[in-house]
Amino acid sequence: MQTESHKPSVSRIELFLTFSRISLSSFGGALFWARRGLVEQQRWLTEREFAELLTLGQLLPGPNVLNLTVLVGYRFAGWSGAAASVAGYLGWPFLVVIGMGVLYQHYGALPQVQQALAGMSKVAAGLLLATVIKLAMVLPRRWRSWLFGMLAFVGVGVMRWPLLWVIGAVAPCAVFMAWKAKE
Amino acid sequence: MDRLDLGALFLHFLALWCVAVGGPSAILPDIHRYLVEVHHLLTNREFVEIYTLAQVAPGPNVMYVTLIGWHLAGWAGAAATTIPLLVPATTLTLLVGHLSERYPNAAIFRAVRSGLMPITIGLMFASATILMRAVNHDWRGYLITLLTAALVLRKSWNPLWLLAAGALAGVAGMV
Repeated sequence: MQTESHKPSVSRIELFLTFSRISLSSFGGALFWARRGLVEQQRWLTEREFAELLTLGQLLPGPNVLNLTVLVGYRFAGWSGAAASVAGYLGWPFLVVIGMGVLYQHYGALPQVQQALAGMSKVAAGLLLATVIKLAMVLPRRWRSWLFGMLAFVGVGVMRWPLLWVIGAVAPCAVFMAWKAKE
Repeated sequence: MDRLDLGALFLHFLALWCVAVGGPSAILPDIHRYLVEVHHLLTNREFVEIYTLAQVAPGPNVMYVTLIGWHLAGWAGAAATTIPLLVPATTLTLLVGHLSERYPNAAIFRAVRSGLMPITIGLMFASATILMRAVNHDWRGYLITLLTAALVLRKSWNPLWLLAAGALAGVAGMV
């Protein structure tokens, strides 16, 4: 089941630069760009490793992709690698967003900006959709995986039940059954 | 407008991020309640505009909390809202990352990873559909979203061009 991970050697500088690039291209959500950078471009992680680390990041409090950043940095270069990755991932957007705050206070919201934003948001939704479809390809072809995935989707996406309830109900069953099956 | 108490703001955000399992969208409603309804630090319109602005900026969408802090109290405000986002998340994640790298084959970690992966993917699919419905108001919007997904799955174009095309279509009044 578990494919033994080949672990490329990655320096702190590379971590900093890669997460800087991911972060600075992240228009409309970071997940798409994180997967593209780490799996497709750098090939530091396989599709399955990415999905596993993201799962772990999602279980912990805080932004999912930030947690993923910490996990990837730590895996390749210890705690200083994690620090380098987080600095790249959050440092630039921190400055950019404050620059936008300055513009906002001076110019307010222009209609052209609002229109461009509306157009970009539709494309960004498509990027997220494509990312999820690509990630779903790594799910084992087994009814149990697809059942739990569907339950989570229907509970949160269709019924709009609170996330914590859905996770609290579905996650223990899924982990227990995976544990019994010794995956 | 209430007087701004940066210490209280810092502590409130710190408490929120400690329980923010599932990411920023899980605590957004409470941030809105605290700033707009309880303490009147921002109007509803300001909140929405700042949130939207952070979505256009490159970087994680969660940076809207930094922008709120900066808007309220400059650099000190930005620090008061950004540090709570960073500290509990990175500390806990480092701890768990350390344990799972050290014992990668521990039965419990393997069961957690492989059992929860489908749930993660199901939840992300839910986010994708919720976002799709929130940003699209007519068939042209859905067409752009679905066309984007299809292009990304089939071609390896740099998606920044797709985003730029979306921005142009918006300014031209096509969507």
